[in-house]
Amino acid sequence: MDAFILQLLNGLDKGSAYALIALGLTLIFGTLGVVNFAHGALFMIGAFCTVVVHKVLSLERVTLSETETTPWGTPAEISTPYAEVWFGDFGSMMIDYSVFWSILIAIPVMLIIGVAMERGLIRHLYKRPHADQILVTFGLAIVLQEVIKQMFGASPIPQPAPQAFIGSIDVGVLLGMPEGAVLYPIWRMVYFFFAAIVIGAVFAFLRYTTFGMVVRAGMADRETVGLLGINIDKRFTAMFGLAAVITGLAGVMYTPILSPNYHMGMDFLVLCFVVVVVGGMGSLTGAVAAGFLLGILQSFSSMPVVVDALFGFSIAQVIIYLVAVVILLVRPRGLMGQKGFMET
Amino acid sequence: MLKTTLRTNDRLLMILFSVFVLSWPVIMPLIGAGYPDLMQRFAIYGIFAIGFNILFGLTGYLSFGHAAFLGTGSYAAVWMLKLLSVNIIPAMIFAVVVSGLFSVLIGYISLRRSGIYFSILTLAFAQMCYVLAYSVLTPLTNGETGLKLALDDPRILDAPVTDGRLPSPSLFGYEMSDGFVVNLLGMEMHFNLGFYVCALLLIATFYISIRIFRSPFGLILRAIKTNPARVYYTGFNARPYALTAFIISGMIAGLAGALLVLMDPLAGADRMQWTASGEVVLMTIIGGVGTLIGPILGAGIIKYFENIFSRVNDSVIREWFSFLPEGLTDFLTTIISPFLGSGWHMSLGLLFMLVVIFLPGGMVEGFERIRSRLARKSGASSGESADTDKPAAGTRTDSQIRESQP
Repeated sequence: MDAFILQLLNGLDKGSAYALIALGLTLIFGTLGVVNFAHGALFMIGAFCTVVVHKVLSLERVTLSETETTPWGTPAEISTPYAEVWFGDFGSMMIDYSVFWSILIAIPVMLIIGVAMERGLIRHLYKRPHADQILVTFGLAIVLQEVIKQMFGASPIPQPAPQAFIGSIDVGVLLGMPEGAVLYPIWRMVYFFFAAIVIGAVFAFLRYTTFGMVVRAGMADRETVGLLGINIDKRFTAMFGLAAVITGLAGVMYTPILSPNYHMGMDFLVLCFVVVVVGGMGSLTGAVAAGFLLGILQSFSSMPVVVDALFGFSIAQVIIYLVAVVILLVRPRGLMGQKGFMET
Repeated sequence: MLKTTLRTNDRLLMILFSVFVLSWPVIMPLIGAGYPDLMQRFAIYGIFAIGFNILFGLTGYLSFGHAAFLGTGSYAAVWMLKLLSVNIIPAMIFAVVVSGLFSVLIGYISLRRSGIYFSILTLAFAQMCYVLAYSVLTPLTNGETGLKLALDDPRILDAPVTDGRLPSPSLFGYEMSDGFVVNLLGMEMHFNLGFYVCALLLIATFYISIRIFRSPFGLILRAIKTNPARVYYTGFNARPYALTAFIISGMIAGLAGALLVLMDPLAGADRMQWTASGEVVLMTIIGGVGTLIGPILGAGIIKYFENIFSRVNDSVIREWFSFLPEGLTDFLTTIISPFLGSGWHMSLGLLFMLVVIFLPGGMVEGFERIRSRLARKSGASSGESADTDKPAAGTRTDSQIRESQP
């Protein structure tokens, strides 16, 4: 039982990342009908926003100590971050919570990148075949990836979680189990709740605002909405920006779990395409549900019991693809796919 | 199906192509690419791209997982070298058969969907193969280290190794690296066996590709690309045709994989990663998708510039501009250096985007456009423009058909 709960929780954080990225992807599919291969790059850029913010916040002033000396007899160097020099304790707290500050920075940055991408590049491809859209965004993904590689190098850059969130909580005790049975890292819990809030907010936005209503109407029948005198293109551009923000935030919050490197985006993207296909192309609920489902499934398949049952083969890495194959054979449109959506 | 004879200009193209490929050892040193290793790479990736083009160029199914077949071919070939003999013939045959069977499996499932679903499915399959080769199938693939030859391999057909030296792939006793070097006008011309094996197979693949392009089968494949519904209503079931194209293209990719192994008997999982699948897409598109010569052109260009540019560093760039004033040299160096050397992939990505956006037919379309423009200029006075405009008009209607598709 405790192993079961542990794997369930383990699946949740990966599932949240899948769900967030897949949600962004589906928003773009559903509104603009574009397959965005550069979506993984957006996830990566989000993660590197954290790297930049952390770097900027922890810029240090180096002074020479008057009393202490190094073993070589020269005055010791004391380096204090500028944030601490200027703001004292509040400054050190700022550095500690740099991940959360990055969220504030990442939202406008991702919005600008998203809108620029749509207006500058993808807009010109609506009338071209889907293959061309895939190819151009694929080229863009390579370029973005290489730019990041040149700026930050090829090796991963570890990012610390805030002090208060390091360590684990004993989930087992809360459920009346003996101590130490189910330990779960706090940050992963935070990630899950963060993802839940973002997903909830996006759905509420689409459901309960006029803007969201127009967007949903546009997803269902773009032409009619256009005929009613509504500038649907503008709203769809905004949705592209929103999708970029969602994905970027997924990347920002994921940095303490996975150190950002330049190819993390593409690694996630392939999985998230599968998630979207399993969930049903164009279905937002499907994407989120499939994200969590596959994340949890992935962590269950890495359980020792499962590995033993399969004669020692660990299928954790491939289970998602296997499920995708089965789903496509049984339900070709995915779990919640609509008929005739992007099937030309 | 393939009984029709080639038309005269196809025969001419075939002869010109063969002569061109076989004379690479003489031509390539002129542009600094006369190394056997590099020429073999041109030929092998040319084969790979031709195979990919048979699928994507004709049927329009964009596979993002073609590297899976390349990798399968490589692994199969190494296993044959290990188990049976270091002779390359059984290794190549086995690689083609295995990757063919593999593509039946993947093609059957992936072709149930079309369009973007197909691209995503093939991408997922390739990534799955990569992960499998990397972790689960380690007994078969030797995981991270890669599969290579060892002294204690069975090699049941060969005589046991006596001198303690690893045997290298050979063709009836002649090693792949055997050959001779001719010095002419200060250029070294390498004529070596490995290259000629690859070159002959490239010519053979090119021949297969011409035959498919000109056959009724090829016509149906093209029809699938332009209007699958109409193909269906005409009474053809599109799927078996598309599957056949997929299998042929997978087998050719397997052959290319086997040749890579024969050049250097080591098969790693990296060969299956999505980057490798992406590379063949880049080659085909940049060269000219759906054309006969385009994929080879693209493969050559990418491999050539990869070889030249990835060795360029700041000091080399500085040397290029050394005739300019110093400030200007510094300025140009800082601007250009991120795009060359290690940043070569970035300029490749940019070039690729530009080609897809502005020149969907790739280099071949570019040449065609330049030619028709030149012809129009010279033909304006003599009144022959109507004749020379024909190919340009043809491409225009082609793109119109494509645009009218939803």
